[in-house]
Amino acid sequence: MPSSFEVTIRPHRGWQPIDLREIWLYRELLAFLVWRDIKIRYRQTLLGALWAVLQPLIAMLIFTFIFNRLAGVKSDGPPYPLFALAGLAPWTFFSTAVSQSSNSLVSNQQLVSKIYFPRVFIPLGSVGALLLDLGLSLILLALLMVHYHWPVSLNLLWLPVFIVAAVLAASGVGLTLSAFNVSFRDVKYAVPFLIQMGIFVTPVIYPIRYIPGHWKILMGLNPMTGVVLGFRYAILGSPSPWPVMGLSLAVSVVLFISGLLIFRRMERRFADII
Amino acid sequence: MLNRDSFEQSGLRAGLARRWAALRRFSAQTSQDEDSAEHFWALKDVSFNVNEGDVVGIIGRNGAGKSTLLKIVSRITDPTEGRVVVRARMASLLEVGTGFHPELTGRENIFLNGAILGMRKAEIVSQFDEIVAFAELEKFLDTPVKHYSSGMHVRLGFAVAAHLNREILIVDEVLAVGDMAFQKKCLGKMSEVSRVGRTVLFVSHNMAAVENLCRRGVVLDGGKIAFEGTSKEAVVDYLGRVSGSRDSTGHIVDLSAASDRRFARVPLLKRLEFYTDDNRPLANDLQIGARLQVRVHFDLPELTADFNVGIGFDNSYGQRVFTAQSQFQPDRHAQARVGLQAYICDIPSLTLTPGEYSLRVWLEISDTEADLINDAVRLRIIESDYYGTGKVPWNGALVLKHRWRNEGANLSAARDN
Repeated sequence: MPSSFEVTIRPHRGWQPIDLREIWLYRELLAFLVWRDIKIRYRQTLLGALWAVLQPLIAMLIFTFIFNRLAGVKSDGPPYPLFALAGLAPWTFFSTAVSQSSNSLVSNQQLVSKIYFPRVFIPLGSVGALLLDLGLSLILLALLMVHYHWPVSLNLLWLPVFIVAAVLAASGVGLTLSAFNVSFRDVKYAVPFLIQMGIFVTPVIYPIRYIPGHWKILMGLNPMTGVVLGFRYAILGSPSPWPVMGLSLAVSVVLFISGLLIFRRMERRFADII
Repeated sequence: MLNRDSFEQSGLRAGLARRWAALRRFSAQTSQDEDSAEHFWALKDVSFNVNEGDVVGIIGRNGAGKSTLLKIVSRITDPTEGRVVVRARMASLLEVGTGFHPELTGRENIFLNGAILGMRKAEIVSQFDEIVAFAELEKFLDTPVKHYSSGMHVRLGFAVAAHLNREILIVDEVLAVGDMAFQKKCLGKMSEVSRVGRTVLFVSHNMAAVENLCRRGVVLDGGKIAFEGTSKEAVVDYLGRVSGSRDSTGHIVDLSAASDRRFARVPLLKRLEFYTDDNRPLANDLQIGARLQVRVHFDLPELTADFNVGIGFDNSYGQRVFTAQSQFQPDRHAQARVGLQAYICDIPSLTLTPGEYSLRVWLEISDTEADLINDAVRLRIIESDYYGTGKVPWNGALVLKHRWRNEGANLSAARDN
């Protein structure tokens, strides 16, 4: 028998490292879980994947009307609708990903209690599935840019970095919350509220220059600040306050790693208490 | 129970060995207080080896620790102490169709379920047609699973699981579902799997399946290994345990410890004794059509002629297949009786199909229930060549003598006219 299959099952205590070998062995399953989430998300809906586009589009229209026209909030350069949508695309991704992944373990109880595979795949799969929606809203943004004749620069090459940052931030928060949700269903009630508040402490509606001096650094502790600023920088060529963005990106990485560790630590009790 | 040395040895020799030691259910409490009365050890000091190609049945009553053992071996829960060494690729089927999504079609679910069970996409693709054929669902492949009947659901789930190419399979009770024909097909597939040299850990309440499929058996009781041996011995041991207090003579069942019992004033039924032909004591299995004599010992508190002793035979589906009552005996109440009595129920030929039967015993006095015991004892009817043809009857509830004859050419000739 090939020795590579030898597995020793023993008690785990304290913090556990991530078993990358195992994740590699099961990699196809992650793809299947993403595929499943995509397949079922818009089953039995009238508009289907249009929902992925409608949400940021309608939010953009409302924000433009209320904040730009009525309240006089200005963008940081591009027309306000472009500015709003470039922020809403990653924000919608983040908020949907966090709310879905934090519920993912509980809604996949059967999988957790009946079969073994790397459990991190459950919240990660629901985050991964939303990348499709993000792609669709970016296409919408591209169409809107054509409409406004807004040019694209080489900054666009930075976009993948900020997409990765968005995935790390959403996964980190999602992993942590999903693990806590197993024992404390309070998470289910707290998440929608936190997400609703989150949009105000992230520069989605307003440009970062509205925030006075040192408060900007505080904004940098929000992982989505860097992502939103980065999306605008890469797509629309908006100014880029690198210290704030850098801090924010670092927070994303830290959140992801700590999310994985917290998840691994709590994982061994999932099947017993879910 | 094996010590560490023999574990290492057999591990080297067979290339595959496992050891369970001092497994402990992970308590929902974070407290590590060993002495806390709150702690319940679902398994403790359980240690055994499973060698390559072994087919081992794990049996035990509810709460004996079977599920915990399976969950630990399948890596669903962490043990509190001890370890399990697995030296091959393993797949566990604790449920049929784990992860099926109702909105997805049969085809999509085959891929999803296969992936969840640990199959590679290429593996699933190469076995896809076989899986579909086994499940007999060709026509419904593109129908969402939510429109499937529960039988179709089970068939699809088992079909995927049955095509898992893993050296070690852990199977829990999955055969307890589906219709009889499909169960038989699943059992066939299981024995095929065990014949090709794969290692199987099989947990079931279906004793016939354990006996047929497994070579070895482990009986768990109260979180410990109560017995380890051949599957036949293990089944006998287990049946001895579930019937409670069969004493060393085997054929005597003391009813004083019966748990599922209701009585009017005091327990009156004392014990049962089982005999077969020639008054030979019957300790375990009875062949189809063999003679069964049950001696019922009971107490009559007052002088009465109006009493009735009954024995009911329920099959494993909980259906009453036969009821024997002393009131059916035409000439029995010649005189009134009081005190300890022993009545013999003599069934010259018990023609039930093979399987496990649960016996209910009761006593009525003046047409009211005085004492009743559910599941007083389990009786197993085993296959025999009842008809003398080498064909074993297994279907239906009863085995009855019957004849077939050729009506000859006369009738068909008559029809032609």
